[in-house]
Amino acid sequence: MSNPTGSLRLKTWVVTAVVVLSNVLGNSCLSWGMKQRGRALGGAPLEYVAAVFTPWVALGIALLILWLLARMTLLSWADLSFVVPVTAVGYALAAAAGHFLLGEQVSPQRWAGALLIAAGAALVGTTSVRTTAGGDR
Amino acid sequence: MKWLCVAIIVAATTASDALLTRRMKQHGEIRDFRLGALGRALAAVARSWHVMAAMALLAVSFFAFLSLLAIADMSFAVPATAATFVVETLVARCLLRERVSARRWLGTALVTGGVVLIAL
Repeated sequence: MSNPTGSLRLKTWVVTAVVVLSNVLGNSCLSWGMKQRGRALGGAPLEYVAAVFTPWVALGIALLILWLLARMTLLSWADLSFVVPVTAVGYALAAAAGHFLLGEQVSPQRWAGALLIAAGAALVGTTSVRTTAGGDR
Repeated sequence: MKWLCVAIIVAATTASDALLTRRMKQHGEIRDFRLGALGRALAAVARSWHVMAAMALLAVSFFAFLSLLAIADMSFAVPATAATFVVETLVARCLLRERVSARRWLGTALVTGGVVLIAL
């Protein structure tokens, strides 16, 4: 690449988008799947195993595995203290997903919180992706 | 019960992320994004106690999160467990030796403020 810094930024944003979207969609699927069961989980391990094999929960888990792998990839070059706040923009999206996809009530106060999170994530997004020497270079 | 789940999730997630970050930094920057190469890189990384312990902690966190979702709305569960942001930034600064600039702290503080607002 002719511009290593620009290239690092670009791949950081692409992988970050995958991390955020797979997490929000995965959690939405899990929430929807658990609500379909209509009752709280007891202490029995078999109840957890049974919950995992319902379609929405299984899809949620598949998306969360994608989330995990994309996040590991991102952490191979990016700071943890960069990744954690920047991917927090997913929490703002989660409030929106809870409202628009799952029909949950989201108060004005929660919307304000979601806006603050988005602003904080955007601010951290302007800092250096990597501040440690790290690994092979 | 809700807050016990939250505490377990925060502690397990932070420990898991610290271990994952340390292992991924040992591996170094991933540059080849073809599926085969990416799969080989991640498979090589996975063969270490760091990653296995991180996965075990993540599983603890995940099942605590499933339990939480069964007794609370997602718009409570997701923001409440976001206390991990502060704890993880401190761990990144103190254990992983990352340089957390004033701007990064401010951004993290805004995120935390947003989370408190949501969780109240």
